[in-house]
Amino acid sequence: MLLKRIIPCLDVAGGRVVKGIHFRQLRDQGDPVVMARAYSDQGADELVFLDIEAAPQQRATLVDIVERTARSVFIPFTVGGGIRDVDEIRTLLRAGADKVSIQTAAVQRPALITEAARLYGSQCIVVAIDAKRETDAGWRVYTHGGRQVTDLDAIGWAMDAERRGAGEILLTSIDADGTQNGYDLPLTRAVANAVQIPVIASGGAGHPKDLAAVLTEGQADAALAASIFHEGVFPIADTKRYLREHGVPVR
Amino acid sequence: MIALVDYGAGNLRSVRNALDTLEVESVIATTPQELAGADAIVFPGVGAAAPAMAALRGRRMDRALIDAIRRGTPFLGICLGLQLLFERSAEDGATCLGILSGTVDRLETAEKLPHVGWNTVDAVAPHPVTAGLEGKAMYFTHSYVVAPQDRSVVAGQTTHGVPFVSAVAVDTLVGVQFHPERSGSAGLGLLGNFVRFANQERARAAQADHSLP
Repeated sequence: MLLKRIIPCLDVAGGRVVKGIHFRQLRDQGDPVVMARAYSDQGADELVFLDIEAAPQQRATLVDIVERTARSVFIPFTVGGGIRDVDEIRTLLRAGADKVSIQTAAVQRPALITEAARLYGSQCIVVAIDAKRETDAGWRVYTHGGRQVTDLDAIGWAMDAERRGAGEILLTSIDADGTQNGYDLPLTRAVANAVQIPVIASGGAGHPKDLAAVLTEGQADAALAASIFHEGVFPIADTKRYLREHGVPVR
Repeated sequence: MIALVDYGAGNLRSVRNALDTLEVESVIATTPQELAGADAIVFPGVGAAAPAMAALRGRRMDRALIDAIRRGTPFLGICLGLQLLFERSAEDGATCLGILSGTVDRLETAEKLPHVGWNTVDAVAPHPVTAGLEGKAMYFTHSYVVAPQDRSVVAGQTTHGVPFVSAVAVDTLVGVQFHPERSGSAGLGLLGNFVRFANQERARAAQADHSLP
């Protein structure tokens, strides 16, 4: 049986893993490669590096992190944050990333999804969607780190991304992100039911029970979290034990 | 020396990094000569069958691969590197290497596709390379699966709604649908098995050469 994936997210700025609330008050969490290796050893199923500065002049630093991670980490990892074109995708995949996550650029120019999937295969193209509840009827897609609203409906955009060649959807609830009150279950379930490709839920994890809920009720294929792992309150192994005890199949 | 088959599009880096970690020397092979001279061959592949086959033919590596495998050079095919061993792929109608009889078909499942993530390998047939694989979770990412005509080559099975062949092994040829280079310590274990197997085969071949009259 296909197992549910637990994915720590490493927000990277200036070559370090940082954590802040809404991009402010960034706190240093450690060296990305050291943390990646530690998470892999603790039983993480996959890793995501998010370049939260997404500044072109910082790209060399990110590529270096990817290269060093690939040399010592033998689980899949995804890199995202400000990726604009297929050249950047190629650079990151060549450096050793297994997948790239594209978000704002995919909204601005949806053909990028198709181009990238054709060149490198759908398996390495993750489309990230930041969604915020708008009315009782649905969720709106935001870009630029949640600062800019679009005219896209989150469910419709997820289906469109799949049709264009996305291999997975990384779905973040802007409402839930940073609250540690649990994932947005209705949003996750709505998107997971609308597409055939796997959905990675993100935003709101504060306790292993939140991961259990989004992987069962929320119908997500994978759960991404940052602070609950970084702060060491719920290490990966404990989280997975909790999930196993609550009937969620994990590695 | 282990040759990694480079047809221009596959990402060889993660396999090479894994072999480096195991302290095994590898070389990126881009010519038929490099394959002919290899002690063992690893063929990692991602993406679609047709462009990969076209690239192999363009480099005249298709014939060299077939010859090396038939000669008994230890071979490990990964993902697309497993699928290309068969006759034909339904993904894009590509004619493949045809070393094993059978086809590559879309996984007919009610579950999500692509099949992405960790899944266990069961019903593992005894082979030095698959030792210890039974019940282990490995990392998969694919939508197509191999359908061998001769079921005796099946060396492992995985279930995603329906069972499918996740490993084949026949003599010195092994192919796996999952990515050992992305499957943590279980994956490194399988790659280590392959390296040891290749060394033993080489030693045996050298001894056989010696004992010729």
